[in-house]
Amino acid sequence: MAERWRALRQALTWLGLVVFGLLQPAQAITVLDDRQQKVQITHAPQRIVSLLPSLTETVCALSQCYKLVGLDRFSNWPDSVKSVPRVGGGLDPNIESIVALKPDLVLAAGSTRGADRLQALGLTVLRLEPRNHADAQRVWRTVAQALHVPAVDSERVWQGIEAGVQAAVQSLSTAARQQRVYFEVSPTPYGASESSFMGETLTRMGVTNILPASMGPFPQVNPEWVVQAQPDVIMAGNSSRASMLQRPGWGRLRAMQGQRLCVFKQDESDMLVRAGPRMAEGAKLMAQCLNRAAAQADTPAGQETRGALR
Amino acid sequence: MTAQNSAPRMALMLLSLGLAAVLLGTVAGSQGLQAWWAAGNDGVSRQIILDIRLPRSLGAWLGGALLGLAGAVAQGLFRNPLADPYLLGSASGASLGVGIYLSLFGGGAWALSSWLGLGLTGAAFLGAVLAVLLTLLLARGVQQTLRLLLAGVVVGVVLGAVTSLISLLQPQVLQAMQGFMLGSTAFVSWLACFTLSMVLALCMALAWVFARVLDALSLGEATAQSLGVPLYWARLVLVGVISLATGAAVAHIGLVAFVGLAAPHLVRSLVRCTYAWRLFLSALMGGAMLLLADVMARVLFAPQELPVGVLTAVLGGGYLLWRVYRDADTGSGVRGRA
Repeated sequence: MAERWRALRQALTWLGLVVFGLLQPAQAITVLDDRQQKVQITHAPQRIVSLLPSLTETVCALSQCYKLVGLDRFSNWPDSVKSVPRVGGGLDPNIESIVALKPDLVLAAGSTRGADRLQALGLTVLRLEPRNHADAQRVWRTVAQALHVPAVDSERVWQGIEAGVQAAVQSLSTAARQQRVYFEVSPTPYGASESSFMGETLTRMGVTNILPASMGPFPQVNPEWVVQAQPDVIMAGNSSRASMLQRPGWGRLRAMQGQRLCVFKQDESDMLVRAGPRMAEGAKLMAQCLNRAAAQADTPAGQETRGALR
Repeated sequence: MTAQNSAPRMALMLLSLGLAAVLLGTVAGSQGLQAWWAAGNDGVSRQIILDIRLPRSLGAWLGGALLGLAGAVAQGLFRNPLADPYLLGSASGASLGVGIYLSLFGGGAWALSSWLGLGLTGAAFLGAVLAVLLTLLLARGVQQTLRLLLAGVVVGVVLGAVTSLISLLQPQVLQAMQGFMLGSTAFVSWLACFTLSMVLALCMALAWVFARVLDALSLGEATAQSLGVPLYWARLVLVGVISLATGAAVAHIGLVAFVGLAAPHLVRSLVRCTYAWRLFLSALMGGAMLLLADVMARVLFAPQELPVGVLTAVLGGGYLLWRVYRDADTGSGVRGRA
């Protein structure tokens, strides 16, 4: 009998503790990082170091930009972060500079030794590495939670981003939707397949990617493959343009002949490849490119080339 | 030249140089001297000096010492002044280990990696040691020096090719691999220092036991055999020492170039002594070299930092070239002392 009483008393004590904990005003928040490990954030972070551009952009899109005290050397958006001190790169962060900044939250990519070291030195490190659309949303929510941004606000902004992507998708003409696309990320050449972040955007638009998801997100492409696949549109970064014309057989590509080639400037490329809050702008860029290409294919010149090839 | 330098005095000099460099290492960093002024009343500054600068300086010294020791053992064992500690494939093995690790776990399988309890460091170490084992397997043991060297070259090339293939199939690992290959002491913790010092003590003791065999070997393989030294065991253990020492060093500070090659050379040119001393001095020299290079890497572009491997490659390469030219001029070649 006494034992049962003790058990009951214990249960009540625990219940009391839990209720008390729930009533605490400034509650500690626990979020899951990319390694499925719990990271506890006791109070709203005031000094944030971000070591990944997409995470920097996420913080800023959540209107918390002013809390950033240190950034990696590749973070360049928005303009207001350009004056924030730099603390090395994502892979070679300057541990000493970061510790000296006394951050209460460090946002880092998943697979870096730097993150391990910073954590060992007692900093709160949240490891997130968005690689696709689903990641982007999950990372958005996690960062918002970690920064103690009310869910209502963060969800509202996210809805705006989603609506932007949707608007870009709907801006496509029927002809533009029926095109086949090759997206080149670097002149080696590496392409972006259906399973990459940009590839997912293209899939949402309904266009066909000549690189299937089974090839991995960023497969190295045999230039011959592209010639054989005959994409209607080619999207590429600035660095690819020069080498493209020199590749054997590429002069005969319909997309090259019909000038259905979209070369993105560096800042545009950043927007396209970073799985972050600028995905709507990125989608808009792609939609513009696709519409332009489709319109070009309709002009007599475009049809002529197409006819000549047949 | 300065061959009259006595070994003990040299050891004392190198040891104090190392100590001075460790002290220098606690001053150098992106925060500069500011951390020292504030250390009295600021916890963060104290942390920067005690938990960041001190362990990484010590780690640089220990890593350099391991590479210097491994280099001296390799040059003695293979009777070749060009031998360096990465000769048996440990460098390419470590890169492959890191490559496989990143391609397996970089994509998001983090839960598995933490369950395995194996970090990048562990992967690099495992890769280095397995590569040496593979070399031994291909060479069918340690008895034939030439076969061992060739097998080492083969393993190095093949594993390098596999690593390239991985980075080709998964270009996202490329950048992280690059970072590892350049070498950096930035992430060395106290725990790593402890591991490195244990490995150094073990390797030094083992190498010391067989130092006499290395002396005998310097007279030629046949002579060594006729002197009745335990050649078989010595080779086995010394290859083990090379593999363990380079594996540990590479795992914690990455692929640092030239220290393992240049440190024994420098010792040989400064002092003439038996291998027992030479091994010890090479370790001290390697430690001092890498640590000084590391301090320079931190200071040159402060507050930015260079990967220390870049600096050792430039400095070590320059030094070696200078020595070759000087020896050619004075007529006393490297080979005269091997």
